[in-house]
Amino acid sequence: MDAKVIKPEAEGRDDNALKIVGTSPVRPDGVPKVTGLARYGADFALPGMLWGAILRSPHAHARIRAIDTSKAGSLTGVKAVITSADFPEQKYEFVGPERVAINFWHMTRNVMAREKVLYEGHAVAAVAATSKAIAEAALRLIEVDYEPLPHVIDVDAAMQPDAPLLFEDMITRGVEPPPKNASNISKRTELNLGDVDAGFAAADEIVEMSFKTAPVHQGYIEPHACLARFDAKGQGEIWAASQGHFVVRAFTARLLNMNIGDVLVHPAEIGGGFGGKTVIYVEPLAAALSRKCGHPVKIMMSREDVFKSTGPTSGSSMTVKIGARKDGTLVAADGLFKFQAGAFPGSPVMNATMCGFAPYNIPNVRSVGYDVVCNRPKSAAYRAPGSPISAFAVESVMDALAAKLGMDPLKFRLMNACKTGTPTAWGPKHAHDGYAETVKALLAHPAYAAPLGKNQGRGFASGFWFNNGGESSATVHVNEDGTVVVATGSMDIGGSRASMAIMAAETLGIAYDDVRAIVADTASIGYTHVTGGSRVTFATGIAVVEACRKVIAELCARAAMIWKLEPGEVIWENGCARPADAAAGKLEPMPLKAIAAKRALTGGPIGAEASVNAGGAAPGFATELCDVEVDPETGGVKILRFIVAQDVGRAIHRSYVEGQMEGGAVQGIGWALNEEYIYDDAGRLLNAGFLDYRIPVASDLPMIETVLVEVPNPNHPYGAKGVGEVNIVPAMAAVANAINNAIGRRLTELPMSPPKVLAAIHSGQK
Amino acid sequence: MSEIRYESPKTLKAAVALLAGASGQARVLAGGTDLLIQMRAGRVSPGLLVDVKGIAEMTAIVAEKGGFRFGAAATCMELVEHAAFAQAWPGVTDAVKLIGSVQVKGRASVGGNLCNASPAADSVPALIAAGALARIVGPRGKRDVNVEDIPTGPGKTSLAEGELVASFFLPRRPARSGDAYLRFTPRTEMDIAVVGAGVNLTLDAKGVCKQARVSLGAVAERALLVPEAAAALIGSKVDEAALQRLAAAVSAACRPIADKRGTIEFRIEVAGVLARRAAGIALERARGNS
Repeated sequence: MDAKVIKPEAEGRDDNALKIVGTSPVRPDGVPKVTGLARYGADFALPGMLWGAILRSPHAHARIRAIDTSKAGSLTGVKAVITSADFPEQKYEFVGPERVAINFWHMTRNVMAREKVLYEGHAVAAVAATSKAIAEAALRLIEVDYEPLPHVIDVDAAMQPDAPLLFEDMITRGVEPPPKNASNISKRTELNLGDVDAGFAAADEIVEMSFKTAPVHQGYIEPHACLARFDAKGQGEIWAASQGHFVVRAFTARLLNMNIGDVLVHPAEIGGGFGGKTVIYVEPLAAALSRKCGHPVKIMMSREDVFKSTGPTSGSSMTVKIGARKDGTLVAADGLFKFQAGAFPGSPVMNATMCGFAPYNIPNVRSVGYDVVCNRPKSAAYRAPGSPISAFAVESVMDALAAKLGMDPLKFRLMNACKTGTPTAWGPKHAHDGYAETVKALLAHPAYAAPLGKNQGRGFASGFWFNNGGESSATVHVNEDGTVVVATGSMDIGGSRASMAIMAAETLGIAYDDVRAIVADTASIGYTHVTGGSRVTFATGIAVVEACRKVIAELCARAAMIWKLEPGEVIWENGCARPADAAAGKLEPMPLKAIAAKRALTGGPIGAEASVNAGGAAPGFATELCDVEVDPETGGVKILRFIVAQDVGRAIHRSYVEGQMEGGAVQGIGWALNEEYIYDDAGRLLNAGFLDYRIPVASDLPMIETVLVEVPNPNHPYGAKGVGEVNIVPAMAAVANAINNAIGRRLTELPMSPPKVLAAIHSGQK
Repeated sequence: MSEIRYESPKTLKAAVALLAGASGQARVLAGGTDLLIQMRAGRVSPGLLVDVKGIAEMTAIVAEKGGFRFGAAATCMELVEHAAFAQAWPGVTDAVKLIGSVQVKGRASVGGNLCNASPAADSVPALIAAGALARIVGPRGKRDVNVEDIPTGPGKTSLAEGELVASFFLPRRPARSGDAYLRFTPRTEMDIAVVGAGVNLTLDAKGVCKQARVSLGAVAERALLVPEAAAALIGSKVDEAALQRLAAAVSAACRPIADKRGTIEFRIEVAGVLARRAAGIALERARGNS
């Protein structure tokens, strides 16, 4: 069947032709969320359900000599106790793309410690009992014989030859010949473009600086929670809030040695993830407990658990050197990026080495990364993982270099901006424009030249993020009343049900309110990768539009049947089938609703599925302006104004795109000013709560201003680019550059908390 | 799995009898914004909770001898929304306003803020600067004590077994008086003082400071009354020189620890800055109350 389809979104992409794309309708999940009806990970219960609780390590680093669970197991009300002995050993191998490689040998040890505990909060055992109180009491009866070991928290310290080793046999990957001695350095990566030494030799001005950043948590409001049960046939079911229920299914099945088809994961509503819920913690434990005792088991983390045992993004130690000619042309860049992976390998340092210099056309680049383990929770993805960290260093150096050259920091960036065809340090040429447009948007903004008052300063910074495509599935079903159900496998974390409904309504030519978008469970739709990498609106959007096109073809065929025309003689326009040729007869266009009403007579239910592995994602670029006022007597920094100019391709749901941009900026501001993990001398976390782990509150912030730059992505039916992540990338450098502008001192260590700012002010007074 | 006995007496006498007669650990429960969190975290496990919110004297805000008496369990929101109180004691009111969110203040009480004995409690330096008296009721009757004499260290008070703080008394204010409280926090809200400074002063008809009290929070094991700092203001017109002396006296009185909320040097320096700024606000308020 090859019906001719008029695509409202077809070539030319006339914004005026779009009816729904770019508007801001209310999200379908909005009312349930604000009225409390929405069900999150902790909101599920089943008859006979038990409460699971997890025993966590009090030590930052210790060998587990023995675990005795006999007393806990015999406590009345306790139905199951598990340790690492309940999980099969995994093969030691890194699998998947290099940037995001996974090693299940590590993963099983992270969810349940085996030979050693590697951070305070590391799970060592779990129980399921008839009440929370009994489960907690049972934990106190578990006897763990620890041999405490020296620990290491800081990345530079962890790289020292005499540092305590987390893995006594870990040989650094990526070094030839391989080192003879074990170390905490899991991996070294290096990217090269051109000839860096020759490049610096040709430079008139060079700036080199070193930086440190603190690990920061994603700070999602919903702690991890899940419910798991096994049925008599040995099949497992999990209700969990995650950024990808297919990934929860795959990881849990693997750690429990089950077939993927024997695990069904239901997506709960999610209270924030920002990358941190692309991995599993409680799910395999609840499932293993349930499998052992036959009852459903629910596990909920506390906030303290979340801070102590789930992944923040990496802290880092970095040195960046950039050289330019007198006229401002960049000639060479050299970056050294050392990242804390946490207790197991897998920091986003490779992303950092790639993204840092990506906005610029620099002919000679070297970018070296080290992935280093230390006695902290294993790092997890956080909003453009790695990129904000290297951007803090690179964009600070760019700011200093602009000053040294006597150039305006935005114009300096613009003259070196990458565009389609610019080489990248990792090989392929940039395939999309969009960066220069974000710089131009701020140059044209009234804030660019607005006057500043006493103790105030202005800073700029830019950022790059890849954005992903990948595997997504969608189904579109036409109901008998002409409404449409769109189901996808993408967890809705940022309003994607609304975006999917918009794209379906636009494609089908029907009203937004006639489309109901849902997230289907792992048994009800094809594989769909995580809601991460800013991929959903792009990749899952393509799947939805493809499924809609198949439905349109079917609708045209049904209309042709009713009209007794050939399928090819009917086209789709404005939500109606009509004869392609006016001469085909004086037939009134037939709306979707009318065709749906006759579906039984014309062949039965109308629906289609599309599964894609979407390529052609376009990267995200953002440039940001920050105005600050620094209290010269306390070092307190007030954000006066913050503007995000971001290339969004085309906004599908305008206000949710703005929301993403605002949220990224706010998280970056928290990272810049106050967020950090504070450890005592024994490696125990002192601020495992939102009181002392200071994410910004609303009164700390001005209204974040957004400038949507729209350079459409030709590889998406409506031009969408991922918008969720790149907005955080420039933020810390924008704040640092603004503080430098205000006080004349450059802060190179995050967070730029009041004591550090005050000390910097004093250092300037001496 | 320990059992907790919960009682909600209607009189002070009954409350005292319960506290004095308890066999294990007994705790007074007002808003519970500190206590319940400590219990959930396992830091305290009382066997008896005495809820005092049903005791009229402990929740009322009344005029007394030209001043105010307010119950130790009156909620912070009731206090900050009491127009006459806020007019008379803007500094105390500012401090109470800083305790948690509106929702937390709807439960939390000043008595709880004091008896929790955090060195960083916001209302305490403001009350000390104001010269507030706490009425303590116990098995041996009642006594009035200066607020600065109640906290003795983190989590510790001078209250004897079976005693509780029933109410606070703030005296009648002379003309040309003003008070102010400032704290430093990295965030604007939902935070705990890294440093707090309360100043209360009274001017004579010529604008010379004739009385002053200065109190600091979060720079020692308990909130401090700093007479040397007050002395820097008394007899001056609270001019720049006096303010500099005040700041120096304040910094000299600090004996902070370095912890997750701030360093020693930072606290000492910023305490002087805040005291100077608070004195400036108190001065403006005093001039406005002639």
